[in-house]
Amino acid sequence: MIEVRDVYFTYPNGVEALKGVFLTIKNGEFVAIMGENGAGKTTLVKHFNGLLKPTSGSVFVDGVDTGKVSVATLARKVGFVFQNPDHQLFSETVEEEIAFALKNFGFKETIIKRRVTWALNLLGLAQYRKTSPFMLSGGERKRVALASVLAWNPKILILDEPTIGQDYQQKEKLRQFILQMKTQRKTVIIVTHDVEFVAECNPRVMLMREGRIVADGEARKVLTNPEILTEASIVPPQIAQIFIQLSDLGLPKDVIDVYEAREILLNVLERQAK
Amino acid sequence: MTIIEAKNLTYTYPGVTKPSIIDVSIKIAKGEFVLITGPSGCGKTTLCRCFNGLIPHFYQGELKGEITVAGLKVVETPIHKLATHVGLVFQNPENQLFALSVEKDVAFGLENFGVAREEMRKRVDWALKLTGMWDLRERAPHELSGGQQQRVAIASVLAMQPEVIVLDEPTSFLDPLGAKKIFEVIYELNRKLGITIVLVEHRLDLTSKYTDHIVVMDEGKVVLDGEPREILSSEEARLIGVGIPKATRLYQILQKDGKIKLGNTIPLCSNEMAFMLREVLKS
Amino acid sequence: MSVFDGLRFRRVYSPVHNLDPRIKFIYVCAIFAAAVIFWELPPLIILFLIQIPFIILAGVKHEWLRSMRGAAFLATIIFLTNFIFSFINAGYVVAASSVEYALAMTLRFIVLVESFSVFFLTTSPDHLGLALEQTRIPYEFCFAFTTAVRFVPVLAEEAQTIMDAQKARGLELERGNFLKRIRNYIPILIPLIVSAIRRSLELAEAMESRAWGATKNRTNLYVLEMHRGDLVLMVVTIGILATAIYVRLFFGIPSLNELLGSLF
Repeated sequence: MIEVRDVYFTYPNGVEALKGVFLTIKNGEFVAIMGENGAGKTTLVKHFNGLLKPTSGSVFVDGVDTGKVSVATLARKVGFVFQNPDHQLFSETVEEEIAFALKNFGFKETIIKRRVTWALNLLGLAQYRKTSPFMLSGGERKRVALASVLAWNPKILILDEPTIGQDYQQKEKLRQFILQMKTQRKTVIIVTHDVEFVAECNPRVMLMREGRIVADGEARKVLTNPEILTEASIVPPQIAQIFIQLSDLGLPKDVIDVYEAREILLNVLERQAK
Repeated sequence: MTIIEAKNLTYTYPGVTKPSIIDVSIKIAKGEFVLITGPSGCGKTTLCRCFNGLIPHFYQGELKGEITVAGLKVVETPIHKLATHVGLVFQNPENQLFALSVEKDVAFGLENFGVAREEMRKRVDWALKLTGMWDLRERAPHELSGGQQQRVAIASVLAMQPEVIVLDEPTSFLDPLGAKKIFEVIYELNRKLGITIVLVEHRLDLTSKYTDHIVVMDEGKVVLDGEPREILSSEEARLIGVGIPKATRLYQILQKDGKIKLGNTIPLCSNEMAFMLREVLKS
Repeated sequence: MSVFDGLRFRRVYSPVHNLDPRIKFIYVCAIFAAAVIFWELPPLIILFLIQIPFIILAGVKHEWLRSMRGAAFLATIIFLTNFIFSFINAGYVVAASSVEYALAMTLRFIVLVESFSVFFLTTSPDHLGLALEQTRIPYEFCFAFTTAVRFVPVLAEEAQTIMDAQKARGLELERGNFLKRIRNYIPILIPLIVSAIRRSLELAEAMESRAWGATKNRTNLYVLEMHRGDLVLMVVTIGILATAIYVRLFFGIPSLNELLGSLF
């Protein structure tokens, strides 16, 4: 569980990035933090594993005040996958890359072996075990970075902009993967501005603007509210745009899924036929 | 009139055995807005590099087949000569700006050509105004947002007055509003000045409404090439994993059901789909 | 948004900032030469004071004070060594003249630091790059200079992100003995180097695409023009240098002691 209480954060250069954030994320929740660049999304999630400490206010992870423990201690619970995999890959082989964190955390050699194999299989990287991570494609490198964090099985997983530069199929794989994490009762937090991706996943959405959370709720409610979205510089997903335009015909406004849209349209027409 | 023509183009990067593009033949007409899409690693970027001569002049490697741009054979024309015909805008805005002020960056290409100062000043101002960066012309690159940086990159190729501007996933680092602004700028360049635009993009939901020609690539080959409405509604496009816009997808699903009679023009954006549904629901 | 903001340059406008960097550089050299030909305290005091109006005019008092503070340590060492040597030379007696000599040597150093800091504090890197371009220095070097100014802060920020990414994977930089601590930096250095290489390749691509090296006769969007201020500075510079040489050659310069003695 993550609790953020009235957190303010100011960078050394004087930029005030967070201005009074309150939030609670329960175990097993799937949350998308959205907002335009510079709204404070990444600054906020960097507080969850202690990379940043609040200037005022406090952050608790499972009841532990992040201000009082090291990043390494928090990282055991909170896995953080950075946007660009190239900012973390450095080993000679994929296998060693995945073992890196496990060694830092002092796992036993036998356990490390088992965990590495497990993570490789989970992300379909088994055939690259002995390959250099630098030889892999962008999408594969992204998966290695993810595997290297999953390997220690953190309870909470933070993904910063996981869909940037990814094609449709890669996004679909990512979505499947997140759903799998959800069934394992893991907390997944993604930072993104990819509305269509969020519309497909239907998580809890927190909208940020200028260092504050301006909306918090189900994706289908938040992403179909044009006023709030405009304020946060976000364009509604296409299905929502269609239904917002048609709301004067008595159609519901809060639709973001294609198949749900079909059901609604078929029902309306059936009723009209009668 | 054809401005870019590739015939049986096959290219292999030095040091690898597998070609990155295989037997590519496409024609791009002057004034078109072309969208090239396809899964990661399908050869889109490689093809872009062929358009302005980075391949083969900068990357070396083995190029087979023929490619002509604005009547020039790419293989025989140096990159700087091609630069006056084709401007290339890259994915990462940060790595294509190297000067300490916006206008100096926009002038870079012209300085390289030795254009006289008065003429240069005129063209730089023209390019800055068209991209909406005039007010920020004295800023340093780090004082700009990603979207603004990318507009400077567009202005800096625009200043060389090319007939074609090729953009390789120019918005993947930007937020939706920044991206939208970029698409609007290039659409205007296409409409008002008749500049041919070649745009590489994954996100068809934001771009398909601007285009009049889509090329889909997969594993180094061109697999689909034609009119956007046809391509986006084709079953092949979906199977390759092209991200069909949700509005188009909804249309496809409803057509498949056959229970709702919709018009025959395939919608490319939410406005078109909403309009179509409104007609049906009212009648 | 990072601790490396200090590396980023800011463009400032002031009468001194707007001066042609080339003239400013000649001025610095003139002060340098004048400071070197005097070993007496009074002219060095004058040289020190002459520059203060520039600093005030440019509005860089705080930055200048900081650079002076930075020079304080070296200045102390220079004073002590000079003092000890003249103390020994004078036969182990503390003579007023040896104190004055040590002070003069120290002040000479401070004048040098002062003039250089006036130059660098009031010349923005893009202006300097432009000045380089308009001298006979090959363009490649000027380009390398401005690109470095542009990318050093970007790389510094990237280093910070990499550090964060590895810390998030349990890397503790301060753990272990000395050798282990050095090895702790490998997971940071390798991604940084790889990314720098990638970045330079992308830069090269972008430069090529914008007609790098199309002709030998490059032109320049900006041109440095001589304004009235530049002429004034030129005259001031020649004046300082001429006076200094004249005074050196035709005047016996009294020491501060004698000067004060004659006054009272």
